[in-house]
Amino acid sequence: MSSTSANSYWKANIKLVLSLLSVWFLISFVCGILLVDVLDNIRLKGFKLGFWIAQQGSILTFIALILIYIRAMDKLDSQYKQAASNDTQNTVGESQ
Amino acid sequence: MSVQLWTYLFVFLSFGLYIGIAIWSRAGSTKEFYVAGGGVHPVANGMATAADWMSAASFISMTGLISFLGRDGTFYLMGWTGGYVLLALLLAPYLRKFGKFTVPDFIGDRYYSQTARLVAVFCAIVISFIYVCGQMQGAGIVFSRFLEVDVTTGVIIGMAIVFFYAVLGGMKGITYTQVAQYCVLIFAFMVPAIFISIMMTGQVIPQIGFGSELVDGSGYLLDRLDGLSQELGFATYTEGQRSTQDVFFITAALMFGTAGLPHVIIRFFTVPNVRDARISAGYAMIFIAILYTTAPTVAAFARTNLIDSVSEAEYSAMPDWFGKWETTNLISFDDKNNDGKIQYLGDTERNELTVSADIMVMANPEIAGLPNWVVALVTAGALAAALSTAAGLLLVISTSVAHDMLKRTFMPSITEKQELLSARLSIFIAVLIAGYVGMNPPAYVAQVVAFAFGLAAASFFPAIVLGIFQKKMNKQGAISGMAAGFIFTASYIIYFKLINPEASTADNWLFGISPEGIGTLGTIINVGFACTIAKFAPDPPDDVQELVENIRLPSEA
Repeated sequence: MSSTSANSYWKANIKLVLSLLSVWFLISFVCGILLVDVLDNIRLKGFKLGFWIAQQGSILTFIALILIYIRAMDKLDSQYKQAASNDTQNTVGESQ
Repeated sequence: MSVQLWTYLFVFLSFGLYIGIAIWSRAGSTKEFYVAGGGVHPVANGMATAADWMSAASFISMTGLISFLGRDGTFYLMGWTGGYVLLALLLAPYLRKFGKFTVPDFIGDRYYSQTARLVAVFCAIVISFIYVCGQMQGAGIVFSRFLEVDVTTGVIIGMAIVFFYAVLGGMKGITYTQVAQYCVLIFAFMVPAIFISIMMTGQVIPQIGFGSELVDGSGYLLDRLDGLSQELGFATYTEGQRSTQDVFFITAALMFGTAGLPHVIIRFFTVPNVRDARISAGYAMIFIAILYTTAPTVAAFARTNLIDSVSEAEYSAMPDWFGKWETTNLISFDDKNNDGKIQYLGDTERNELTVSADIMVMANPEIAGLPNWVVALVTAGALAAALSTAAGLLLVISTSVAHDMLKRTFMPSITEKQELLSARLSIFIAVLIAGYVGMNPPAYVAQVVAFAFGLAAASFFPAIVLGIFQKKMNKQGAISGMAAGFIFTASYIIYFKLINPEASTADNWLFGISPEGIGTLGTIINVGFACTIAKFAPDPPDDVQELVENIRLPSEA
C-alpha cells in the first residue's frame, strides 16, 4: 500500500464530507432556522416554504445526503483499491 | 371486539414474538453478546438502529409536543434526524473499521489511557442510565393506562420482558427483537396517521395531506389551523415563538447528542464491514424518517381535530374518550363561566381546558373516531418503542461494566465465561435499579431524559470526531475536553432544572440559551479545551498515530 494513494484517498474523503456537511448546514440551520421567516413568504400550495423545509424538507435532504455519501464512497473505495493494486504491480511487476 | 380486548391481543402477540426471537437468538460468546457476532445484515441493523433510537419519547411525546409548539417543535424533528448525517459521515464507518466492542474501547485505545477509558465509562453509564429510567417509566404508564394494571405491575412486566431477552441474547437477541419492534411501532404509528389523513384531507399519504385542502371545504389544513389558533388566542401554528438563537442551539445540541449516544453508536459495530456500516446508516435514516416526517403531520391533524371537537362544545355531550382521559388527569376541564360549554383559549384566565401533550398520539385515534383495533395498536407500538430503547441502553451499561471496567481495566485476567456472566449480572442489576426508579419516578426524570443528549454532545461526540480527524490529538487534550464539556453542561442543567427551576427564564440564561440547548456550548467548550491543551502536551505515540491512519482507510485495502 502506498502512502500517496492513501493520502489522496483521505483528501478526497475530507472534501466529500465537507461539501455534504455544507449542504446539511445550509438546509437545516440556514433555511430551516435562520431564514425561515423570509422563506415563509414563498408559498407552495398549502405550505409556507420555510415551514415545509423545517418540518419535512430538511429530513428528506438528510436521507439524500447519506445516500450520496454511500455511492461516492463506494466509487472512491474502488478507485483507491485500483490505485493501490497498480502501485504493487509497478514495484513487483515491472521486471517481467 | 372492545378496545380492551384488542389491546390485550396485540400486546400478547407482540410480546410472544419478542420472547420467541430471544430464545431463537441466544448468545454463546462475548462477541455475540456485545456485537451480535458482527454479522448483522445492514437492512436489519438499520431497522434495529431505528427502533433503538426511537424511544417512548419519540413515539408518545414528540408528536404532542409539536402539536403544542407548532413551528418551534421543529428542533425535535431536525435535531433527532440531522444527527444521523453526522453519524454516517463522521463516526460510523471509522468506528466500524476500528472494530472493537464499545465506545470506551475506542476512547481508551485511541487516547492510550486508562483514565480516558474510565472517563468514557462514567459518561456512558450516566447517559444511558438517565435515559433508561425514562423508558421504564414510559412503559409503566402505558401498561397502567391501557391494561388497567397499576404502574408498579406495569413496570415489573416491562422489566421481566426486557430482562429476559437482553440477558439471554445480549446484542444478538436485542438486535433481532428490535427488528420486530421496529415493524410493530412503525405500523402502529402509520395506520392512525393514514386514517386521519384520509378522513381530513382525502389524501392517503399524510405528508401530502399535510399541505392539502380539508375535505370540509375550509381551505388548506395549515391555514385553517393558523386561523383557529389566532381566533382562540393561541400562537399562530406555523410561526415561531422561541428566539432564533435558542432554536439554533437546541437543534445543534440534539444533533451532536444523537451522534454521540453510545447505544446508537454501538449498533454500527454489529455489521460485517465498513461499507455495510455506511449502508446501514442510510437504512436507519430512511426508517427513522418515515416516523419523523409523519409526526408533524399527525401533530397538525390532531391539533385541528382537537380544537374542532372541543371548542364551544357542550361538556355534557362530549364523547367517551373525553371522560376516559379526564379520569387520568391528562385532560382537565374547569367550567369557569358556568355556561356548560368548553372554552378552549390561549388566554389562561378564561381557558377552561388543559390537555397534556402526552395524549395527542394516544388519544388521537379515539378523538378521530377510528376503529377499536387502531386504538389498541397504538399501545403495542408505544410499548415496542419503550422496550427496544431500554434494551439497547441496558446493553451499553452491561458492556461498560463487564468489558470496559472489568476486562479492560481492573480484572484483565477473567475468562470469557466469567466476562459473559458479569455482563449478564450487570444487566440484571441495571434492570432492577431502572425498574425501581421507574416505579418511584423522581418528578424530573422526564425532563432529564432530554438532557442525556446535552451530555452526550458535550462529552463523546467531540472526543470521537477529534480522535478520527485530528491525528495529533493526545490524551491530555481529549480527557480535559471531555471533563470540561461534561461538567459545564451538567452544572448548567442541574442548576436550572433541579436547584433553581424558577430562575430558568430567557433573561437568566447564558446568551439566551435554554438548558435544552446548552449541550452545543458544551461541545464548543470541549473542542476548545481539547485543542488548546493538546498543543502543550506531547504528540500521541507512533502506534496510536498508525491506528488513526489505519481506521481512515477502507478495510479491503
